[in-house]
Amino acid sequence: MSKEPVAVVGIGQTKHVAARRDVSIAGLVREAAVRALDDAELTWADIDAVVIGKAPDFFEGVMMPELYLADALGAVGKPMLRVHTAGSVGGSTALVAANLVAARVHSTVLTLAFEKQSESNAMWGLSLPIPFQQPLLAGAGGFFAPHVRAYMRRTGAPDTVGSLVAYKDRRNALKNPYAHLHEHDITLEKVQASPMLWDPIRYSETCPSSDGACAMVLTDRAGAARAPRPPAWMLGGAMRSEPTLFAGKDAVSPQAGKDCAADVYRQAQIADPRRDIDAVEMYVPFSWYEPMWLENLGFAEEGEGWKLTEAGVTELDGDLPVNMSGGVLSTNPIGASGMIRFAEAALQARGQAGEHQVEGARKVLGHAYGGGSQFFSMWLVGSEPPDA
Amino acid sequence: MTRDIAVVAFAQSDTLRSSEEVSEVEMLMPVLHDVLAQTGLKTADIGFTCSGSCDYLAGRAFSFTLALDGVGAWPPISESHVETDGAWALYEAWTKLLSGDADTALVYSYGKSSPGSLRDVLTRQLDPYYVAPLWPDSVALAALQAQALIDAGDTDERELAAIGARSRATDNPRAQLKGPVPQGDYVVRPLRTGDCPPIGDGAAAVVLAAGERARELCERPAWIRGIDHRIEAHSLGVRDLTDSPSARLAAERAGAFERPVDTAELHAPFSSQEVVLRKALGLDDATRVNPSGGALAANPMMAAGLARIGEAAARIHRGESDRALAHATSGPCLQQNLVAVLEGDPR
Repeated sequence: MSKEPVAVVGIGQTKHVAARRDVSIAGLVREAAVRALDDAELTWADIDAVVIGKAPDFFEGVMMPELYLADALGAVGKPMLRVHTAGSVGGSTALVAANLVAARVHSTVLTLAFEKQSESNAMWGLSLPIPFQQPLLAGAGGFFAPHVRAYMRRTGAPDTVGSLVAYKDRRNALKNPYAHLHEHDITLEKVQASPMLWDPIRYSETCPSSDGACAMVLTDRAGAARAPRPPAWMLGGAMRSEPTLFAGKDAVSPQAGKDCAADVYRQAQIADPRRDIDAVEMYVPFSWYEPMWLENLGFAEEGEGWKLTEAGVTELDGDLPVNMSGGVLSTNPIGASGMIRFAEAALQARGQAGEHQVEGARKVLGHAYGGGSQFFSMWLVGSEPPDA
Repeated sequence: MTRDIAVVAFAQSDTLRSSEEVSEVEMLMPVLHDVLAQTGLKTADIGFTCSGSCDYLAGRAFSFTLALDGVGAWPPISESHVETDGAWALYEAWTKLLSGDADTALVYSYGKSSPGSLRDVLTRQLDPYYVAPLWPDSVALAALQAQALIDAGDTDERELAAIGARSRATDNPRAQLKGPVPQGDYVVRPLRTGDCPPIGDGAAAVVLAAGERARELCERPAWIRGIDHRIEAHSLGVRDLTDSPSARLAAERAGAFERPVDTAELHAPFSSQEVVLRKALGLDDATRVNPSGGALAANPMMAAGLARIGEAAARIHRGESDRALAHATSGPCLQQNLVAVLEGDPR
């Protein structure tokens, strides 16, 4: 018994911006979905099922919005499944959709994730009221800043590394027409001079709040054979979860992240990720998460991740490009952010990433995380099918 | 690729009008312990875990993240979550077993309706631009559907009352509302109190297993012969509320019409919705409908659909059914429907 190989044959996203006041939520998701269908040269009739994800419903104030979005996504009469795994949801949604193809339940599946954050205030949407959480935190930055501080203390990384990540990602975003932030006058000095929000995280080292959607068309081997453009093949995919808080939790490098990566590498027969993987699109909402995840994902030894960043290894023309799209630091419609990472990995493997294409990218990792560094989803995609 | 997958255990909590004394984790943990104990499995033995819940009931974002504490997700587990009824979590888990990624799965769901006014909360499910601002509540929408059925000659108030009475005549010890219950006054005409589900907090869980593993864990596994789900348009104005084409299509895809079923567990929160589903699924008096009492006896949001699959499976486990249909619904007026067909080995 073997799984059906899964191919990405269509990718579409909206131009991510702070507020899409010109479209409804349905209009936003449909725009991304139509672009993915166009990319695959397919129509709504070719889609067997729709798998949709987003982060908390409170961000738009619509409970279980998949019900309302069934019409806009051509799902009437079809299966429609809604996934929600916190910040990792965009990745998890793609994996749930991929599994429908892998298990041969469906041939061609549309998967989509979105967030229209301008409908509410995400920072306060994430600041949970007493008695669920101590009232000391303001937004996700307040939760993650101490973990960054712990990383710096543990590794002795110099203060300057965070700004380098932000400066790189914001410059990469200039090459990506869909990225939210296009800071044409960005300089390292400007990043370093930006206000301190949650020490040690500065304003320019923080993700924006975006409206946006991302969609992919996933299909089986037969569907890939009909695809007009080169597909990206899924070589491995996994999800892992651990509790939010518990004695002994490593908030800097969570075990769930390590286990998730190990599972993906096992499926994709990756012996040495640093050598075998050409580029990484990872979920970095605050600059310092780049070196932290480099270690967690096995691209650097423990305590050494920041050295890769500092040496320019993760630059677009570096030896291991990270966040070619500009990353979450440049675009963050929360529920869609994981899928944008997965889609960027697929774009790279297809050679369709345009100005931010990494030359010769054959195996690319897409990564997402969520909750209190507790939910992980990842996939590795390649330009060649598995076992080829 | 075919792989036989079965429900091998089912557990549920009591459904209570208010569970303010316990957190969601405290409500869930005994159910998880129960369902795992039935199989002798521990969290670490489970290949995939999937849950269903809804933030809007708890009134807080990411409410499911703390529920994970009830599972004991350490060492880390392969896990996912759907923001809807747990029946869809079961569907997701079924695909994980089907693809061979896992041999066992734990599926759970829970809902606390007590923190808010459920009728008001559910209005937030509606089209946010054209419908939700009018705050049409869940009973009012179900009443539109019931009136359409009466107008079409598909039912009358007496038959609706009989459905409620039959449902609550159940011997299910977990039922929130059972025995003789007055049909009561109109809540929204033509629906009376007796036509509406009780509002309650509760949780449900099942364990799935594939192939021989299922036989090791359960004397008489409830094999999932087919499972499918379909959604309809959201706008009530473009739907025929007296019919459920999505339930019929899901049943067809699940193989429900290949042979008669002896039992059907229908997730019909309102008496009138049982009429719609019976018609769409072609169920006659030869099929025993909702021996558990169904949603009219206990309707914990996000868990009631999963509980229908669990109840149908439990009857197969106990030898009280050989082939059962289980149904779950989501959205206003049965917008989205899931159908599973379960069978026991021949006796």
